[in-house]
Amino acid sequence: MEKLAAIVIYLVLAPFIGGLLSGIDRKLSARMQGRKGPPLLQPFYDLLKLFAKQVVVVNHVQDFLVGGFLIFVIFTGCLFFSGGDLLLVFFALTLAGIFFMMSACSANSPYSSMGAQRELLQMMAYEPMVLLVGIGFYMSTGSFAVSDIIKQPTSSIVYLPGFFIGFVYILTIKLRKSPFDLSTSHHAHQEMVKGLTTEISGNILALVELSHWYENVFLLGVVGLFIINSTWWSAIIAVAVCMAVFFLEIFADMVFPRVKWELMLKSTWLVTLGAGVLNMIILNAVR
Amino acid sequence: MEIITFLIGFPFLAALVLVFMRKQSVLRSILVFLSCALIIAAVIYFAITGMINGQTQSFLPETHNLDLAMAIAEIGLMILVVVYAFRYRKYYVALLSVAQTGLMLWLDFSGEHKVQAAPHILSDKLTIMMCLIIGVIGSLICVYAVGYMKEYHEHHKEYKDRSAMFFALLFVFLGAMFGLVFSNNLIWMYFFWEITSLCSFLLIAYTKTEEAINNAFRALWMNLLGGLGFAVAIVYCVLQLGVSDIRSFVAFGNESALVLVPLALLAFAGLTKSAQLPFSRWLLGAMVAPTPTSALLHSATMVKAGVFLLIRLSPMFHGNIVGMMVTTIGGFTFFATSMLAISQSDAKKVLAYSTISNLGLITACAGIGMHEAVWAGVLLMLFHAVSKSLMFLSVGAVENSLGSRNIEDMHGLIVKLPGLAFLMITGIAGMFLAPFGMLISKWAALKAFVDSDSMLLVVFLVFGSATTLFYWTKWLGKLLAVLHNSARLHSKVGTSQWLSMLVQAFLMIALCILFPIVSTYLVEPFLADMFHSTIPAVISQGNMNIMLIMLFAIVILPIAVRFLTFGKKQKIVMSYMGGANTGDDRHFVDSFGDNREIYLANWYMEDYFSEKKLLKPSILLATAFILILMGIVIGGAL
Repeated sequence: MEKLAAIVIYLVLAPFIGGLLSGIDRKLSARMQGRKGPPLLQPFYDLLKLFAKQVVVVNHVQDFLVGGFLIFVIFTGCLFFSGGDLLLVFFALTLAGIFFMMSACSANSPYSSMGAQRELLQMMAYEPMVLLVGIGFYMSTGSFAVSDIIKQPTSSIVYLPGFFIGFVYILTIKLRKSPFDLSTSHHAHQEMVKGLTTEISGNILALVELSHWYENVFLLGVVGLFIINSTWWSAIIAVAVCMAVFFLEIFADMVFPRVKWELMLKSTWLVTLGAGVLNMIILNAVR
Repeated sequence: MEIITFLIGFPFLAALVLVFMRKQSVLRSILVFLSCALIIAAVIYFAITGMINGQTQSFLPETHNLDLAMAIAEIGLMILVVVYAFRYRKYYVALLSVAQTGLMLWLDFSGEHKVQAAPHILSDKLTIMMCLIIGVIGSLICVYAVGYMKEYHEHHKEYKDRSAMFFALLFVFLGAMFGLVFSNNLIWMYFFWEITSLCSFLLIAYTKTEEAINNAFRALWMNLLGGLGFAVAIVYCVLQLGVSDIRSFVAFGNESALVLVPLALLAFAGLTKSAQLPFSRWLLGAMVAPTPTSALLHSATMVKAGVFLLIRLSPMFHGNIVGMMVTTIGGFTFFATSMLAISQSDAKKVLAYSTISNLGLITACAGIGMHEAVWAGVLLMLFHAVSKSLMFLSVGAVENSLGSRNIEDMHGLIVKLPGLAFLMITGIAGMFLAPFGMLISKWAALKAFVDSDSMLLVVFLVFGSATTLFYWTKWLGKLLAVLHNSARLHSKVGTSQWLSMLVQAFLMIALCILFPIVSTYLVEPFLADMFHSTIPAVISQGNMNIMLIMLFAIVILPIAVRFLTFGKKQKIVMSYMGGANTGDDRHFVDSFGDNREIYLANWYMEDYFSEKKLLKPSILLATAFILILMGIVIGGAL
């Protein structure tokens, strides 16, 4: 019953939180650049408008693939917030990502194609760290299940500081923030038009946007998982940490210019090794 | 017992008949189909009765005459190798063959050794699983080969049609594999082991081009080197331990220092056969052969013999230096070859690297030597056999229709050859995506590695998973590109080939749904028998249900999407190319107003992942590692 409630809450609330986060993101970014920025609710207006627009597609496979992206992102989030197995959650997320990438591949356009290759490279860059996070929680709590992890007396971050650093690092890729927004970006400036989403428009683009909102809420959920424990007030700290991390990502987005893929891949894997793997080895030794 | 005799004997008999049917004829095709049908029926009968009886059965404690026959056959094999070696001036190969055969003959005829009496034939749940792989997948490949070889010789007039020998060899291969998995006696197993080495040599050399001959000899010497290790291990077992069968050998356990030397040698043999680094190059070279050969070598036979031996020995690997050698080599191979696969555009080469990579994972699982890890290893082996065979056969079919097996040329295959593209997509999904087979096993492997404190393996696995994701997904992307204005190509795929591939695609999906049953009734009993322990389900029922929901979601997705975009009229436009698309999806108008061709390529990142950069260092590293560890083991015994 609890599980079902969690799923319903996620399904209903996640788009609002996600949209709001996007609004905050735009507002904050604008302020950092000395602009006024759009109203907080602008992302919702954008979405509604997109849904109302005429559908222009380059083929009929694309909407199917974007649909797959949306459904599996939602599936990922539901599984996570209902306390499911963390590794399975990440596998579902990968599947969702592949659906999205495939939609760009199917478009047969140079910009989408380029975006797809870059997206794939980004996946290769962050995948090791994502899997390691699952392993880290398992090593520190003895379970892959989110429902068990949140019942621990102490916050997991105590055992997993390296994993946390590694995860925040790859979160920049997942949230599509500069310096790692290679495949597509929510900013207008992009050297390859819009990358992945070049050939997506109208209500299908709206679905992509919606998926991102669901995904972002889930990703911040993973950040929160590092903090949350059996005490009630840990939830408040978790939300605060999520907000801090989100702010950090926006800040990074503003400060750093986009890097080349080589630097992204190398630095991500190095951080994965230096923070995640090192933490894992130490944890295994003291366990 | 009769059914076992049939399974081992019948393929040899079929081969004997087929070798004399030189002309391509309907009769020969029917004969191949019938033999395959018989083998499949027999294997299924054997599996069902085996599952009902549920016991491990053993036969033939005394086999003097058979042993003698085998010794004679071994001399025959040796002569064959020596003749080939002299014809092509590869004398070292002759030397290897003579050395090991001499060793075995000396053992056979140097008088009575005190050896613990033991059955020669053994049938347990692992045997059943191996038989299903060999019998069903192997036979389906033979069925496919009938249509393929006809097409092949129409395409390649330059090669002499020696398909009679080809089909005979396929069946000899199957027979030898059956013999190998049923053997409990190490000398018997060695005998069948040598047959598979020689068979693969002859199959790889099929076209008799210089490249084929060279690659065939590379395969031969590497496998003979492994065979030499096998032979020395047997002699050591007989003289020092007084055992000559694998069950008694495994019963020594992982603690005894006495067993380390033969164990290391057998593991060495297993590593060569399953093409682990530094011995991977023989399997990469094997792709010069016609596709059914590759499919057979990669999925149902040959390389599976290597991991079969390692899985049989796995309880002995736990926590000792040989286990460390096997796991490290396996894990390293998994990671290194998955990176190498990124830089390849030849579909068969990508498949070859992926095979080596996956076998590395199975090897690592076997090397851990714990219940949970071996569970993952066995399932990986099953899933891999089905998916990989399907992949090879569909690549072969695409090659015959497209005239190329370059992945770049498969751009837009979903429009050009939808049927084959769907088969390929199924195969690729099976290789690495949730919720399909390989991923489930990889998941279990990851858990097992963490539980056994194998941190190095965890690192190899997480990074290797990422690189694996990369090379499969970009292939998938090529297939899915919708290239407008493409004519449907006429696929030159015969009915029997379709049948073979469709059955395999069906098997792959069925295995994904039914694998809890496979686990409960085959894998678990086998492991309980081998480790004398039971463990709770590696993947819980709840998670299993979630996987099924995912599978279901993928199936109903097309309908759901129609629902999401319901009531909207979609307007189809051409994709944007920076300049205007000229309308055929292949050209755009550049800034001078000229039409320019456009070509979309995948990334291969040769600066980082090319063979030139990675292959040699990986081989050197693995060689050094094996030499050092073997040196420690053997030096410690002296």
